[in-house]
Amino acid sequence: MKLVRVPDRARALERREHPIARVLGVLGLLVLWEALTRTGWVPALFLPSPLGVLAAGVDMLRTGELLTHLVTSLGRILLGFGLGALGGVSVGLAVGVFSQAEAVGNPLSAATFPIPKIALLPLLILWLGIGEASKVAVIMLGVFFPMAINTYTGVRHADSQLLRAAVSFGAGRWSLIRKVMLPSALPMIFAGLKLGAGTSLLLLVAAEMIAANSGIGYLILNAQNLMETTTLMVGIVLLSLLGLVSHWLLTRLERVAIPWKRV
Amino acid sequence: MRVLLDDVTKAYADRSGRAVEALAGVSITAEDEELLAIVGPSGCGKSTLLNMVAGLLAPSAGSIAFEGELPAARPPTAMVFQEFALFPWRTVQTNVELGLEERGLPAAERRVVARRFIELTGLGGFEGKYPHQLSGGMRQRVGIARALAVDPAVLLMDEPFSALDAQTRQLMQEELLATWERTRKTILYVTHNIHEAVWMADRVVVLSRRPGRVLEIVPIELKRPRTEAMLGEPAFVRAVERIWALIKSQAQAALREGVA
Repeated sequence: MKLVRVPDRARALERREHPIARVLGVLGLLVLWEALTRTGWVPALFLPSPLGVLAAGVDMLRTGELLTHLVTSLGRILLGFGLGALGGVSVGLAVGVFSQAEAVGNPLSAATFPIPKIALLPLLILWLGIGEASKVAVIMLGVFFPMAINTYTGVRHADSQLLRAAVSFGAGRWSLIRKVMLPSALPMIFAGLKLGAGTSLLLLVAAEMIAANSGIGYLILNAQNLMETTTLMVGIVLLSLLGLVSHWLLTRLERVAIPWKRV
Repeated sequence: MRVLLDDVTKAYADRSGRAVEALAGVSITAEDEELLAIVGPSGCGKSTLLNMVAGLLAPSAGSIAFEGELPAARPPTAMVFQEFALFPWRTVQTNVELGLEERGLPAAERRVVARRFIELTGLGGFEGKYPHQLSGGMRQRVGIARALAVDPAVLLMDEPFSALDAQTRQLMQEELLATWERTRKTILYVTHNIHEAVWMADRVVVLSRRPGRVLEIVPIELKRPRTEAMLGEPAFVRAVERIWALIKSQAQAALREGVA
């Protein structure tokens, strides 16, 4: 009798990790970039070398210039992001919980949500002046909408079984909000926070390029005007670091706040 | 505590606005300390019935009442759900404490009471685990501990073991009976499993297909405590056959109509 082996089909489903390739990608790009600038084919005015950018960054850090811009930008972003997130979660909760608020809020948000928030900056400057308030306000608006919409969605998708179970054990409306709806919405709230972090960085830079004399956005635009491409690149690298750090922080926070999601 | 259902009817409006009758003129009395099983074909409204006793649905007509002494602090009913309905963000301990929180017990007392029912249901050592870390059988034990912890006069169980595998189900049935022997509550037990109903209950209410009516109430003549050996006794077999005969034609008709 002929034997037929079972073919190993699992191979097609395998997905291996490549830890070396992960590092090589970034490193390779940097080396290539450095080599390209060293040969002199690409003038430093258009593309400064990575090591040059690093040196300029260290230098600006030493003079305190970088820190000043960073602190100014961070202040705007933290205030705008904090207010927007707080407002967004509160409004999202209210709209999710109360049918009256839902009736008012949904069409309102449908009408205002699609406006690119940066388009409102001129209006905000007109109302609030060219100072800090208008920049904070535009970031706040940009964070508010994704937060409100995500919180609302999270609340509305609370498991009806759990709501019924809570009610059967005597939970009132306040208990339902606190013990069922809010925890149900937490994963969506964190998704909104990550989305909002990206949006707020975008709006920060845009606002600082349009109307500011400090901050990272200003640093970048000003460097371009002065043809200081190296300084410009320092600003861009700083923004990339800000994005990375904020995402990392939010992911850490999420793990702490949603322990039941860990398997 | 007795549960009195008098001529209870429940009608829904379906999506097109037509009235659909789920239950029609159901009259049942559950005696004090009785384990009353309710069986019937799919869609006969047995879960609806239980939800009405829990106060989660209002009957369209008829009345539901409890008869007996009930201290003010004790709720009349507590429910054990088919899909467990545990809070994923709560540990075993705090899931069991849920009903006690709503009753306003201070934290220290909640802990002690919850701990007692965690031990009673064999969950000792798992207090700090989240539901997703537990097996199905363990999860439903949490559901039962949560319901028992509020010391309800009547325990409502909505197909509590139907999501479990057959072996776990058998073990959980035995555990539940043992717990019931110790706590002696009135239990309304909804199931579609005839063997389960006969083996556990004092009486089995057989409902017809939609709209659900009481076809017959079958008394079970098996001694307590129930043992596995009774599964072969003539009284057991007779009751199962009687109930299956009642339900079979109903189920066949429902199958032909394609009603879920």
